[in-house]
Amino acid sequence: MSEEKGGGCCAPSSGNASPCCGGGSMSKAVLRYEDTFMDGQVDTPAGPVPRVHSRIGRRDLLGRWRVRWGIGRDRYRVAPGLYALGAPDGNAPVLVTANYKMTFDVVRRDAAGLDAWILVLDTRGINVWCAAGEGTFGTEEVIRRVTEARLAEVVNHRKLVLPQLGAPGVAAHEVRKGCGFSVVYGPVRSRDIHSFLEAGMKASPEMRRVVFPTVDRLVLTPVEITGLLRPAGWSAVALFLLAGIGPGVFSLGAAWERGFSAVAVLAAGILAGAVVTPVLLPWLPGRAFSVKGGMAGGILAACAVMWRHGAVETPAAFALLLAMTAVSSFVAMNFTGATPFTSPSGVEKEMRRALPVQAGLTVLAGLLWVGGAFLR
Amino acid sequence: MDRFRYMDGVATVRLADAACTGCGMCEEVCPHGIFAVAEGKARILDRDACMECGACAMNCPTKAISVNPGVGCAAAILNGWLSGSKPSCGCGG
Repeated sequence: MSEEKGGGCCAPSSGNASPCCGGGSMSKAVLRYEDTFMDGQVDTPAGPVPRVHSRIGRRDLLGRWRVRWGIGRDRYRVAPGLYALGAPDGNAPVLVTANYKMTFDVVRRDAAGLDAWILVLDTRGINVWCAAGEGTFGTEEVIRRVTEARLAEVVNHRKLVLPQLGAPGVAAHEVRKGCGFSVVYGPVRSRDIHSFLEAGMKASPEMRRVVFPTVDRLVLTPVEITGLLRPAGWSAVALFLLAGIGPGVFSLGAAWERGFSAVAVLAAGILAGAVVTPVLLPWLPGRAFSVKGGMAGGILAACAVMWRHGAVETPAAFALLLAMTAVSSFVAMNFTGATPFTSPSGVEKEMRRALPVQAGLTVLAGLLWVGGAFLR
Repeated sequence: MDRFRYMDGVATVRLADAACTGCGMCEEVCPHGIFAVAEGKARILDRDACMECGACAMNCPTKAISVNPGVGCAAAILNGWLSGSKPSCGCGG
């Protein structure tokens, strides 16, 4: 089952500057987390199968917290293959999931009390939704794991329960042709797995829809920020250099003083775009994320100018207003990758319109700000 | 998810009526419920809610659905423009 309620492509999976997914290196530290969930083994006609328990311990929580901040996210994996939960027999359902440990943890937690088989695909430590988009949570991999685990000898039935958000990568009819198992798409959220199974493997319309509540948007914001640290760092260096430019050609004192306030504006813009906008997403006007983000940044900047009015000179005040709007707009636009409702065609259309405006605002802000230094 | 709507008039999803057998897989896999099957045929009820994930086309046994699938992610599209290749999140997968 998928671990995220929302979590569009990118957000839940990566760690480095590129917002989507993790790195490519295989199986580094695959076994590192095993002792947090292993619970003996069960014997099957196809040999012993490792058993897992449903408890989420301190190390699991710490691990989740770390990857939410983008630390070691591309190495947070469990070994692919078949696992047993509870005391499954030949009639027990087979739940298929990804080998991102956060995903796996949520599945074993939400499936607590069930006797089930869990078939973990090798998605290179990426969550179901992203991996399905990439094709690693895909038809071939399902067939390969079913065959490798000799699932046909372990269970009497021929059904696999896949998370619905795995569907972009899996062709159900091809899986059936390839290994004889038919695919039943389960609910979007693993927390509905009990109701789904009790209803005879039927998902209600609510279980089939993705939603994107405030909590889901909020947990994605730390990784948005950590992903921006590197470009933000370079921008800060550039701002400090620009800040020194003035009537005296270059002044270290001005570089420090004016640079500091410029970097504060940059940081405020990033917070407006990466935290305020995602949290206030449904209430900010407009459809385009760049508009929502620009609005959030602009309003916050206007508040800052009013609060500090008198202390900020007019050109600097305008520069602050424009720069924060532009930065917040750009950063907010990047949040499209974390949402479960933005289409690539839509994002492309938005970007073609928004990028020139954002660039224009930034240049204007820069001119006002550097020019302002000469007017003092 | 009625509260969240994105850009209108851009989604590339299309349904070829003649090829549809009304099996209902599209209705089952769509995370935004844009399809409904009635009288043996699927229909697109709300094209503008489509996020182009491609699940419907992937699971249509008669290939009646076409969509240009991808990730609705600004950074991925920017990467694609800069590198001159298909939009990618940089997953290498």
